[in-house]
Amino acid sequence: MTALRRHRALTKIWASESGWRRWFSTVNHSDLGLMFMCVSVFHFLVAGVLAMLIRAQLASPRSAFMGADVYNQVFTMHGTLMMFLFAIPMFEGLTIYLLPKLLGSRDLAFPRLTAYGFWCYVFGGSMLIFALIAGIAPDSGWFMYPPLSSTLGSPGINPDFWLIGITFVEISAISAAVEIVVTVLRYRAPGMTLAKMPIYAWYALITAMMILTGFPPLILGSILLELERAFGLPFFQVAEGGDSLLWQHLFWLFGHPEVYIIFLPAAGVISTILPVMARTTLLGYGWIVAAAASLGVLSFGLWVHHMFTTGIPHLSLAFFSAASTLVAVPTAVQIFAWIGTLTKGRPELHMPLRWILAFFATFVIGGLTGVMVAVVPFDWQAHDTHFIVAHLHYVLVGGFVFPMLAALYYWLPHITGRKQFFRLGETAFWLVTLGFHVTFLAMHWVGLLGQRRRTETYDPGQGWEAINLISSIGGFVMAIGFALVIVDVVVNAAVAIRGRRNPWRAGTMEWAMPTPAPAYNFASLMPVDSREPLHADSSLPLRMARGEGYLGEARNGLRETLAVAISTGRPEYLVILPGNTMLPISMAFVTGFFFLGLLIKVYWLVPLAAVGVIALALRWVWGLGSRQDQGPQEVGRGLSLPPVSEVADPPGWWGMLFLLLADATLFGSLLFGYAFLWTVAPNWPPPAWMQPDPALLAIAAAAVLGPLGLRLAQGALARGRGLGAGLGLAALGLIAALLAAGLVLLHLPAPQTHAYDATVWVLMGYSLVHCGVGLLMTGQMAARRVAGFLSPARRGELRIVQLWVDYATLTALLSLAAAVLPGVLS
Amino acid sequence: MHPAGPAAQHIATLWWVMLAGAVAIFVFTMLLLALAFRKRRDEERAEQGREGLWLAGLGLAFPLTVLGALLVYGLVIGERLMPRDHPDRVTVSAEARQWEWRFGYADRPGHATTGLLHIPAGQPVDVEITSVDVIHGFWVPRLAGKLDAIPGHVNILRIEAWEPGDYAGVSGEFSGAGYREHRFTVRAHDAAGWTAFLEGTE
Ligand code: HEM
Ligand SMILES: [Cu+2]
Repeated sequence: MTALRRHRALTKIWASESGWRRWFSTVNHSDLGLMFMCVSVFHFLVAGVLAMLIRAQLASPRSAFMGADVYNQVFTMHGTLMMFLFAIPMFEGLTIYLLPKLLGSRDLAFPRLTAYGFWCYVFGGSMLIFALIAGIAPDSGWFMYPPLSSTLGSPGINPDFWLIGITFVEISAISAAVEIVVTVLRYRAPGMTLAKMPIYAWYALITAMMILTGFPPLILGSILLELERAFGLPFFQVAEGGDSLLWQHLFWLFGHPEVYIIFLPAAGVISTILPVMARTTLLGYGWIVAAAASLGVLSFGLWVHHMFTTGIPHLSLAFFSAASTLVAVPTAVQIFAWIGTLTKGRPELHMPLRWILAFFATFVIGGLTGVMVAVVPFDWQAHDTHFIVAHLHYVLVGGFVFPMLAALYYWLPHITGRKQFFRLGETAFWLVTLGFHVTFLAMHWVGLLGQRRRTETYDPGQGWEAINLISSIGGFVMAIGFALVIVDVVVNAAVAIRGRRNPWRAGTMEWAMPTPAPAYNFASLMPVDSREPLHADSSLPLRMARGEGYLGEARNGLRETLAVAISTGRPEYLVILPGNTMLPISMAFVTGFFFLGLLIKVYWLVPLAAVGVIALALRWVWGLGSRQDQGPQEVGRGLSLPPVSEVADPPGWWGMLFLLLADATLFGSLLFGYAFLWTVAPNWPPPAWMQPDPALLAIAAAAVLGPLGLRLAQGALARGRGLGAGLGLAALGLIAALLAAGLVLLHLPAPQTHAYDATVWVLMGYSLVHCGVGLLMTGQMAARRVAGFLSPARRGELRIVQLWVDYATLTALLSLAAAVLPGVLS
Repeated sequence: MHPAGPAAQHIATLWWVMLAGAVAIFVFTMLLLALAFRKRRDEERAEQGREGLWLAGLGLAFPLTVLGALLVYGLVIGERLMPRDHPDRVTVSAEARQWEWRFGYADRPGHATTGLLHIPAGQPVDVEITSVDVIHGFWVPRLAGKLDAIPGHVNILRIEAWEPGDYAGVSGEFSGAGYREHRFTVRAHDAAGWTAFLEGTE
């Protein structure tokens, strides 16, 4: 087969549909990555317009342009859109687009999940945009402190848009994170060990792990606050045993890692681009991986520095102050590794490197002011002034926006297949960077003079007028610069001449394909054993196109790719990926009704939508797998591998494992909140504790039948016997767990009584949902056994269910123990 | 910043020290960056691009030293700002609500003022801060840093004014539509004025 015929045959299999349907049914990572990035840029523009409104308002004292109520919505939405709907989705989009290409693979692990996440992002985002247009947007600041954001401070619907919309959007963050982790671990080029991965893959892996452990506290906090707002469960109301500080802990437990979730992908971009621009290799690959990983871990121990003014005990102030200053060390390691790389190479000043230099000049200042505010006494003065606003923009714009612009100019030729021809970008560069520094240097200053953030205007005569005017002028110059960047990109994408492949002479695999990228990425999968495969073997692209690698045959109309062993990269099995489908968008749509019902308080819609989601989910998984044993399959180069349906740990198992990691973090945060209220909140103990009663304990003990039964079923399947007994026992165990949770709820006073009752109520609700889903999955296994999807060789999916049921049972028992513990102790 | 009390004074010194350090580090880093663009022979480049120098030296040792020093300094200052026992310490209370401040006085039980806090000049004052609705912040920039007013909790902030006079105070935590106008005044009295206030004869 010639390269061209292979290209046609593979394209036929992998291509998205043509016409308008393409956008709704595509599951291709290049399509979805670009769609993600475009939508996130849209949100950046909306938030940018809001920033301009803010600067217009603050340009002169006593401005009558906006009143406090409008101004509060504007800055809250500016911060919220920038953080949740621009920065995080931009990382997701970039990674979804790049990751399989960098790893030398054909797509991400779960293509339909990518699409589902994207549509959840779009629908959730449009809820917030709607609120903005309708003038009922959230207005309590982007960190939404109750009681101001609760019914006491905001009786209207405004905060509900935030709590529900953002939670909806976070589905996309969690699903992208699961996807990224599994892809990095299992979907690499054959032979690519972890140590040979392109550096961006490390950053993506660490960032995704941080999303899985960082977002759940926020999701939990949002659920609790919405329960308080909608049903009066008093988690944050001090009179009934709640504590508003609980929200601050949950929020910043998320919020600080969030800053690094935003910075690390940018650092990954720099570590990828900078060596190419300097015509050399990255200095200290191992050091950089270690630094990024330690940043990931350390950032979970710093959240309290956002709460230095809340009256934290002196000792923990000292601890968190020390930790917050020391986190600058791994950042310094990366900065100096990059400067060292430039020093040992021959830097060429193309657009991407320019933006990286802008990054250095900006981010270093942001880091230094960050160290300043980590010193507690100084923070007591600077907190909640424009000094903090300036600091956070130096970090976010310097540490994220500028590197993303570098990425844009670096990968644009890859996306469009065209040369950078017009030179508007250079003017834009100077407008943006100079405008930025004028705007925000001035803001440091006026902050030190005492101007508070989140105040809609100020009185003349305090020496603030000139500084604010300068800051606003800088802001508008920067905005013109951003507009020029967009014009530049659009013009270059639309009319510039076609460029040659690999214009930067980079060594990583994404440049080993024709541009724009074909739907299948690589015509065949070549073994890789270098960090810069294209430098090690410049004929690689040609040999891949000729089909010399694995899976060079286009066969059976199936989207085939390889899964490899986690550390060594040895090919392990053959994966068939799903094709174009409207299922993800339909499911996201129905999920939207679930959230919409909560938002507009039409509660009958909520269970209805939940049933819809479950039905679609069952349909989703039903199509997977195979009804026959196929045995090892040829994959080329003389190798035969088992198909994915016949392995013990299919990608779905790994996906479930990491989903449960996020779920366990949510559960852990709930237990943390419980312990926090119990020990810190003023109005404890509650009127009455739950008392453990023997009947309840007996029923709870029967819950162990769940995991036990599934193990029996697993054994029976291996020996080719019936699953009835095992699955039946498992169902009994799950029913027992449901019953126990139900009993507790029956005996509990109304959840509005006290934060303790509310917490137990949520713990039991958590068990009911998890054990209920476990029961459904068990039933589904029985049905799939009957339908012929399971056999002694095809046991992987039963192991996935087992993982879930183990987790559900464990957390159900822990919840019961937590509920009765204080009663036992007293 | 025009400090008018010891706490604000310490913080102002801290700021100038940190600013000087930050400028030095920034200039140093930018210099290194600029040097990377010099024209050199390849052997020189290889020589200058050693891992030990950049990573262990500049990446690890350098920030550890600087940050260690800063941390100790910050902790010492933090120690000085603590509300410690003091023979002529005065205790007052500040209760915030949307959008008003009410103040009470341990030495004049039963008396409350709204929007105006009386303190003696030249004496350390402990302010017991709390809130009855949403979170607010007690902040008198010229006297000390800020501390939050949180429903159900009482936070204690040590302030002191060297000279008698009026000092502007504002809320330091966003509290909704009336946040900007959520102000108060601290009036520091000389000894005679303070006695008069306590006796209710002002
Ligand atoms: C395009 C240029 C930008 C300008 C001129 C700008 C301007 C501002 C200003 C003046 C405020 C303070 C409003 C106030 O407290 O009264 C603010 C707040 C904020 N900005 Fe920006 N900003 C820009 C870009 C960004 C970006 C790229 C991000 C994040 C990725 C961001 C995140 C935030 C956040 C989180 C807040 C705090 C909102 C709050 O207090 O709730 N901004 N911005
Ligand atoms: Cu932080």
